[in-house]
Amino acid sequence: MLSEFLQQLLNGLSLGAIYALIAIGYTMVYGILRFINFAHSDVFMAGAFIGLNAAKFVHVGTVFGGLEVLATAMIGCAALGITIERLAYRPLRNAPTLNVLITAIGVSLLLEYSGQKFFGAAPRRFPALFPVREFNFAGVTISSNQLTVIAVTVILMLALQFIVFRTKMGTAMRAVSLNPKAAQLVGINNDIIISFTFGLGSALAAAGGILYALNYPSIDPLMGVMPGLKAFVAAVLGGIGSIPGAALGGLILGIVETFVAGSPWSTGKDAIAFGILIVILIFRPTGLLGKARVEKV
Amino acid sequence: MPPKSLCALVAGLLVAAGIGAFSDRIDPYYLDVLTGIGINVILAVSLNLVNGYTGQFSLGHAGFMSVGAYLSAAVTLFLGPRLLGAGGGTALEQGMLFLGALLCGGLCAAFAGLLVGVPSLRLKGDYLAIVTLGFGEIIRVIFQNVNALGGALGLNGIPPYTTIAWVLAFVAITIFTVLCLVHSTYGRGFLATHDDEIAAEAVGLNTTRYKIVAFVVGAFFAGIAGGLYGHFKQSIAPSGFDFTKSIEIVVMVILGGMGNTLGVILAAILLTLLPEVLRPIADYRMIIYSLLLIVLMIARPQGLFNFKRKKA
Repeated sequence: MLSEFLQQLLNGLSLGAIYALIAIGYTMVYGILRFINFAHSDVFMAGAFIGLNAAKFVHVGTVFGGLEVLATAMIGCAALGITIERLAYRPLRNAPTLNVLITAIGVSLLLEYSGQKFFGAAPRRFPALFPVREFNFAGVTISSNQLTVIAVTVILMLALQFIVFRTKMGTAMRAVSLNPKAAQLVGINNDIIISFTFGLGSALAAAGGILYALNYPSIDPLMGVMPGLKAFVAAVLGGIGSIPGAALGGLILGIVETFVAGSPWSTGKDAIAFGILIVILIFRPTGLLGKARVEKV
Repeated sequence: MPPKSLCALVAGLLVAAGIGAFSDRIDPYYLDVLTGIGINVILAVSLNLVNGYTGQFSLGHAGFMSVGAYLSAAVTLFLGPRLLGAGGGTALEQGMLFLGALLCGGLCAAFAGLLVGVPSLRLKGDYLAIVTLGFGEIIRVIFQNVNALGGALGLNGIPPYTTIAWVLAFVAITIFTVLCLVHSTYGRGFLATHDDEIAAEAVGLNTTRYKIVAFVVGAFFAGIAGGLYGHFKQSIAPSGFDFTKSIEIVVMVILGGMGNTLGVILAAILLTLLPEVLRPIADYRMIIYSLLLIVLMIARPQGLFNFKRKKA
């Protein structure tokens, strides 16, 4: 009983870690630009596809090869994220939120349908990038993939924490998020900071995409939709705009979802995220760690 | 209610009846296209009440359409034979049954709109979009799992009651209702909610109430359109009412210019004709739609056919 519980907890943690990686991208962009980047879930998909193609050029199944693929996907998606921001969102910097939202939906659809056009709509098999092994520990089966997911996530979170709180770029990011006009007045170039944020968020989404594909090795151009929506729910659950909140929300959502999937109500697995979202938005719209913002006239 | 618009409604209904009477002499292909246009016009005009006039971004219109399609099809399929008897009934009886089925579908869709709207319309902008998207998907998943309604396969063999006269008549009624509603004293509340929610609340308008009314009326007509669609195609499946369909309707509203009924009607006509004309590039339809959304928002946020207001 206990071992089963621990097993589910571990599965939930590794799923939640992926959600957390994606959710951070949503939350960082929201923190700075105050809009939901719908295209984020498709950057996640692009990460998996870049990984699939990059894997043809390295020795897959070795730690080094796997890391090379991961780095390629992260760099590729960072470039993609920055390009999207430059072409689609920057011209709308002072436009009403609704317009930006519609553009974001447009970008998301563009990525999905171009993906279907160029990669084909059929699912593809994702190679095992890292050496696969299974450990048995007190009745709990731990696969090396799950360990990879958790290890990569922890390392990336620490790196993010370092960037945001210990570097000049991070300080500038926090300044822009706090008050874009005041940040400009003290000499911060907002455009560069926003591009940097998009790059960072997209790189994390790419890592999430690779890790997701390792655990669910069948990828297609619409693979980002569901994890993307759930990661968004995770970001709202933790309090949108708050990075630790996104991580917490991702973990909670991953664990809850895994336990529901293992229960007699397993068909409700996909509905649980929307249920959580609706409950959170009604009773605590600021999320677990978010701060309430008073609308000023 | 201004008599001028009432005259327009009567004229619209007469035109519908007139075209209906001569439909035998029109090429069936054109009739099909015209029916498709009519259904899309109803969908776009009703969504425009929510997204355009009231400024609440809903992404779940296809969900309400599916409620109307399923419920009205269920009425004609399961209740129809009992009411009409073995002979199938006279044309008048069939018409009454169809009207009843459509109204039933519309009312159920409106009720679904109420259920969805009450909790979610307290939210704004992005959140509302996500929640309506979520609800739209949930409605679809529910239909997929109800075996009495055909599950994932959907319903087949729906009687082909939809004629061009029905469609055009409902187009006229939809446009009339939406325009009268928006131009009435009550309707000013929708515009006020759209223009500035805080200011509207400050002068004592219950904006949530206006949003819910807009949502419910929009859902009602989406349900009617769904019913017409079901009895036109004769078969419906949950996959036909997914997120893509919602986006299609949203594109019509945005292309026409949010809060501009004439523009939205033109956009619905254009976007229904476009795939017919451009059959060779049908594969690229969604790519073109998405590009269109992005380019429009950057270059012409007030919509393609909106020449009046510069304000988005």
